[in-house]
Amino acid sequence: MTRTRADYPLAETQPGAVTGKHGKALPDITLDAVLAGEVTMEDLRITPQALQAQADVARDVGRPTLALNFERGAELVEVPQDFIMQVYELLRPGRAKSKEELLEAAATMRDTYQAERIARFIEEAAETYAARGLFTFRF
Amino acid sequence: MTPKLNRWKRFADWDERPLRLDKFAAEDPANGFSAFSSPADPKPGIGIAGGRVVSLDGVLEHDYDMIDRFIARHHIDPDVAPEAMALDSATVARWLVDMNVPRETLVRLAHGMTPAKLAEVVSQLNALEIAFAYSKMRARKTPGNQAHVTNAKDDPLQLAADAATAVAFGFDEIETTMRVSRNAWSNAVACAVGGAVGRWGTLFQCSSEEAEELRIAMAGFTSYAETVSVYGTEKSFTDGDDTPWSKAFLAAAYASRGVKMRCTSGAGSELLMGFHEAKSLLYLEARCLCLQRGMGVQGTQNGGIDGAPLTATIPGGVRELMAENLIAVWLDLECASGNDARSTESEIRVGAKILPYLIAGSDLICSGMGSILKYDNSFNPSLINGEELEDYLVLQRDFEADGGLTPLPESRAIELRERAVEAIAAVFEELGLSTPTEDMKTSVVYASGSDDTRSLMPRDVSFISEAIKERGITVIDVVKALANRGFREEAENLLNVVKLRLSGDYLQTSAMIRNGRIVSAVNDPNDYLGPGSGYRVSEERRLQLNDIRDVLDQKEVLRSEALHEKDEARHIRYRNLGPAANGSTNDDVVIGISPAFGLKLYRTTAGHRLSEVLGAMLDAIRARGLKARVVRFRHTADTSFLGLSAARLAGSGIGIGIQAKGTAVIHQRDRQPHNNLELFSNAPITRLEHYRALGANAAAYALGEMPEPIVVPQRGEAMGSRYHARVALIYAIETGLTEAGAAPEEVDVTLTGAKS
Repeated sequence: MTRTRADYPLAETQPGAVTGKHGKALPDITLDAVLAGEVTMEDLRITPQALQAQADVARDVGRPTLALNFERGAELVEVPQDFIMQVYELLRPGRAKSKEELLEAAATMRDTYQAERIARFIEEAAETYAARGLFTFRF
Repeated sequence: MTPKLNRWKRFADWDERPLRLDKFAAEDPANGFSAFSSPADPKPGIGIAGGRVVSLDGVLEHDYDMIDRFIARHHIDPDVAPEAMALDSATVARWLVDMNVPRETLVRLAHGMTPAKLAEVVSQLNALEIAFAYSKMRARKTPGNQAHVTNAKDDPLQLAADAATAVAFGFDEIETTMRVSRNAWSNAVACAVGGAVGRWGTLFQCSSEEAEELRIAMAGFTSYAETVSVYGTEKSFTDGDDTPWSKAFLAAAYASRGVKMRCTSGAGSELLMGFHEAKSLLYLEARCLCLQRGMGVQGTQNGGIDGAPLTATIPGGVRELMAENLIAVWLDLECASGNDARSTESEIRVGAKILPYLIAGSDLICSGMGSILKYDNSFNPSLINGEELEDYLVLQRDFEADGGLTPLPESRAIELRERAVEAIAAVFEELGLSTPTEDMKTSVVYASGSDDTRSLMPRDVSFISEAIKERGITVIDVVKALANRGFREEAENLLNVVKLRLSGDYLQTSAMIRNGRIVSAVNDPNDYLGPGSGYRVSEERRLQLNDIRDVLDQKEVLRSEALHEKDEARHIRYRNLGPAANGSTNDDVVIGISPAFGLKLYRTTAGHRLSEVLGAMLDAIRARGLKARVVRFRHTADTSFLGLSAARLAGSGIGIGIQAKGTAVIHQRDRQPHNNLELFSNAPITRLEHYRALGANAAAYALGEMPEPIVVPQRGEAMGSRYHARVALIYAIETGLTEAGAAPEEVDVTLTGAKS
């Protein structure tokens, strides 16, 4: 379902529906639960669903570019930190030595993590870097 | 003979002022020194074909650099662009300051505007119009503020104490950074814990290397990031070791971890980095801001930032900083509006710089303000620092403007600092990271800055920091440690901040936490449509802003006078002898005292006992062989009339008028009331020797001499600001005792006590 500004803030309008990665809902994440060892960092991670809901809200209030960023973010939720940092590094100037390295990263995003928007975004970067000579070696 | 000099000494005086430490640069567009326009700036223009932006500000698609390319693909809305770009820029500029044109209308148009167009429009506004438009266009209604919390030793105890203090002052965000980069983890834990003392909801960031910063956020210690810099030329961007795509990817990565993020850009960065393309600061900044909207970040830290000091050296530079902030909010970005790097040594320029933001309001007025002392600021001193924070509180009160801060009573500050230091020490002990001594803790609680502390040093901190990182300690561990050691409230507070990332509500534009609830541009949109709309300081908030320390009221004045009453009773007795008669001999001088003199009020504003003042004048008159009488007037409390009435009663025709606060006059029988012989109007700096000389001169006039008038030397003290509140309250006590037509009373004065 598509959220609107009326659903905002989600933590107040539907706290029970806001959950972490393992399905633990906001009201269940209490200090006592933490002390009982029932809460891990994974329970405190945002889900793709929450990011999509925020994207809906952003679009509803006239912020389409912010919504797209949330949607790209939603695709990265399941991507491991190391791979995110690896791709970030690759996107920095002169790190990738050829367009192919970036295209390969895009393919992994698409095939392994179903991160279609992210994949297209990396492909667009690859095309731009080629046009602007960013694959040059930096000492 | 006075020697001739080669300069006007005033210039030598000016050389000594802090202002002269500021250096100013000539306007020189070819070398990038131009605030608003340069011959190299393109004319606004756009070409749209088949829903594609095929030319942007005069550059054809195949010639786009990567910034043009990103803006064309991700910022420009091709459906809006033809309409927006066709509008006359002067007309749009007028709309920006027209309260009847809603913000949303202008935001929609900005989606279709190129950097050159946005710059052309805002260039048409003067500084006042920019400030007004900023107030109307900023995204969130309620203003907020951000603090820097750092110290020169990276001392975690002090970070915790200072974070707690900043939170209590009301900062919505705190930002730390390190002197030594490997201390990042320790700084993060210390500020997270300190920021959880007192209340919850202050967002926190630890500015460090990109990858490290994201890891610290992943561990749950921080809740936002803002040092994701973007630049307005391709070469500066790549020299900054990034591209619009790498930074946009990072933006998505932060969103994926539920961490709030804004970019940073500001005038002067391209100039500092040497790749300005001879373009104006504003045009380059417009490019940065269009990029940021295109990247889909919710906001920007903008307004010169590290480039602000350089920008302020250029003609119109400060106006430019305001103009770029206006473009930011017009593009619907949250704006942490600079006012951070100290751009001048002149306190006048500091005050002038902050004022438009204070009265216009901003999502985060400073990004941030130094809540710590200048030398402790690891970012570099801010525009306003711990030293001057109280000045800012008073500016809020002066203008009844909400600058996001609330005065903090000293006792409360100490309480919070103790709590914060104990909390971080408990966490360190519980996690086996360090065992701070009692002396360390105590030295930090009462310290204004790290010069005053005997606490952990950067090297000690490095071991703590590396242990936190190596052992993979997370916010969960810290929450547990706090609760296990009795800091349950702080544990709850810290947990609440981490829980924000689950819903992601605080990822929306201009989000902050107030009273435990999200306040953002979504649920608190700026709805300014003229007086009575938009953000208004509520009565409750106004009283908070007013509540600065050491405020004087009549009760306070009477209380301090009551302390002096007993003391004076030991030094002087006034005895009313009935109606005063006219003096019949020409050796008769009258001192006319005011209604409350010695009855309700006992000291001059300079702090002299009235008994001593009166004694000095009487002695001086009598020393010339004259008679001196004291007469109390109750028909007036005005110095001139006191003096004139005294002169009219005096056989010599010479009288002195004196009020309890010490203001005095020498008068002569036949003069106009305000045309006296000598006036002593600066009571706060009038000393006993002056009153003695005053008496001597009155005697001299009575003897027909022409004495040298007494000069009470003054050095330009702001007497009004120091004394007028007290004076007005005291004078009201005098006037309260006046009675129309009350006859003058002869007073017998007996001086009894020892002179001090």
